[in-house]
Amino acid sequence: MKKSHRLLGLFSNFDEATKAIYDIRADKVSGVSVNDVTLISPIEHPEVEEALGDRGVHVQFFTLFGGLFGLIGSWLWISAAQATFLVQPQGGKPVVTLVTNFVLNYEMMILGGVLFTLIGLLVGARLPSRPGTLYSEKISLDQIGILLEVNEPNLAPLKSLFHLHNVVEIREEIIR
Amino acid sequence: MKDIAIHSQEKDIREDLPWKQINTDILRSLDNPRRGYWYSIIVCLVLLAIGFTAEVIQYQHGMGMSKNHPHMWNLYIATFIFWIGMSHSGTLLSAILHIVHADWRKPIYRFAEAMTTFSLMTALLFPVIHLGRLWNFYWVVPYIPSRGTWPNFRSPLSWDGFAIMTYLTSSALFLYIGMLPDLAIARDNTTGWRKRLYSTLSLGWCGNDRQWRVFRKAYMLMAIFLIPLAVSVHSIVSSDFAMSINPGWHVTTFPPYFVAGALYSGCAAIITLFILLRYYFRWEEYMTLPILEKICKLTFAIAMMWTYLNLVEFASVWYGHDVYGKEVLWGKMTGAYAPAFWSMMFFGSVLPFTLAFRSLRRHIPTMMAVSILLNVGMWLERWMIVSPTLSQSFYPWSWDVMWPTLTSWAIVLGSFGWFGLLFLVFVKIFPSVSMYEVKEMVYHRKLATEKAAARVGGAAPAYGAHMKKEDAV
Repeated sequence: MKKSHRLLGLFSNFDEATKAIYDIRADKVSGVSVNDVTLISPIEHPEVEEALGDRGVHVQFFTLFGGLFGLIGSWLWISAAQATFLVQPQGGKPVVTLVTNFVLNYEMMILGGVLFTLIGLLVGARLPSRPGTLYSEKISLDQIGILLEVNEPNLAPLKSLFHLHNVVEIREEIIR
Repeated sequence: MKDIAIHSQEKDIREDLPWKQINTDILRSLDNPRRGYWYSIIVCLVLLAIGFTAEVIQYQHGMGMSKNHPHMWNLYIATFIFWIGMSHSGTLLSAILHIVHADWRKPIYRFAEAMTTFSLMTALLFPVIHLGRLWNFYWVVPYIPSRGTWPNFRSPLSWDGFAIMTYLTSSALFLYIGMLPDLAIARDNTTGWRKRLYSTLSLGWCGNDRQWRVFRKAYMLMAIFLIPLAVSVHSIVSSDFAMSINPGWHVTTFPPYFVAGALYSGCAAIITLFILLRYYFRWEEYMTLPILEKICKLTFAIAMMWTYLNLVEFASVWYGHDVYGKEVLWGKMTGAYAPAFWSMMFFGSVLPFTLAFRSLRRHIPTMMAVSILLNVGMWLERWMIVSPTLSQSFYPWSWDVMWPTLTSWAIVLGSFGWFGLLFLVFVKIFPSVSMYEVKEMVYHRKLATEKAAARVGGAAPAYGAHMKKEDAV
């Protein structure tokens, strides 16, 4: 069912935010699941993210693909170029030289890996995007946000839960 | 005893720094540097103007302005290697220290990575300048021979092109990706054109858990790629020389020697820029003496490694049966290049011993002077790689003592102006200390201290208390 409200609670420290997430995880507000929670924080904080449970990241597959693409693609590209050199005297050397080409393939493997990692980052993190209407500039300063989409009956219990954990500010909007 | 140890140890950074203050202090660099910053800009502009004028003269009159000699380009190539070397420490050290979770890197890695990018951009000028025929600059790029130029993929010069472009692209992306969260902070705290710029560049970063998870993994993967890449780049630059049979160049230790030299000059440059930024932006809280000491210790270790590789190279030439190699080495030590050679040895191997003394490591003016002289030594190293061999190679027509002309020196000076200008503009437009990572550093260190105090019977750890409730308004 489509949720009717979006709620953002701002906390002054990770301790309180983590406790609030664990309470949601323990179903203390019925109809609100930890899967609905988005944690917004000014720093990278794997310990708090643990409270949210396992949420997969797939950027490494982009990296693998990019590395292989760079390695194999550059070998094909350079070999194709060298194959047109047949008109040149080669002095007994092979036209397509595996050993020296490997240096170039190695560099292109890294370049491919890095470029596709960037693409993986953009796809995985859903960038570019807009920060969202509820986004607070206080988050980039020092506060931690818990963002949820909920139905109207769950709003009041959720706010109480946030207050129980010393929420500094609550922002809400109606999803149209 | 334990708690005494915890409190008496000097911290890399103050653990009670409020996050709000971190934002304010770092973002202040975008508005309000000391007057010294503007003087540095003027110096760089003057150097750049000198270099540009010299290049115009060389363009008008030909490469004879650099010397009427087949190896008139040697100063340019020596300087090219110098700038490539300078680029190494920034990204390489940042990547290594990131992988091993050395958090003292956090206040200093951003400007070091910028140094890498701008050094590479400076280095790339020299292959073009040394061509003489600037209008054919694109001939240095290896491409499929539709123009009938038949690039030789077996040549280390082609490898250079691939390696340097890969390194420049990857380093610039590594710098940019690492800056994303800070660009969002800058977006939230600025107005006008800056807000528009940071809004565009931050790509709408808001710091949600999805973004942090992907960011963490992507950044680590990039760091892993950058380490072998950085090593390969300078090894390949060394192949420009080592793959030839010229005496003094055809040496198996060249690749590690080049990599060590690159790390060395990069570390020395990091010390110089560290001190300058600390002064320009009043960043004594972030670029602290304990962190300076750590970089100095690292530089000292690398200096000893470089010295060892130098001695290995001399020994293998001396005790081998390579008469020509021996002649070049003897020529360096006693001939026309002797002053430059012994200066290189003094600046590169003796002067670093100042870094072994704590009192000197903590003396900012001394460290500034030492770091500059170390880089003079490393520039001489590159000069000593290129020139003596060319002066005494197997071709009698190239025998000559290669003292560069004023035009060549002016172009080299101009490159310092170009690099300096790029760097100074960067630190004025972008946050050159990572705000989010300094916050992490402060936060995690505070937690660790509190936990350690609790273990020895102090107060219980206040997990997550990075700010007071009453401050959070």
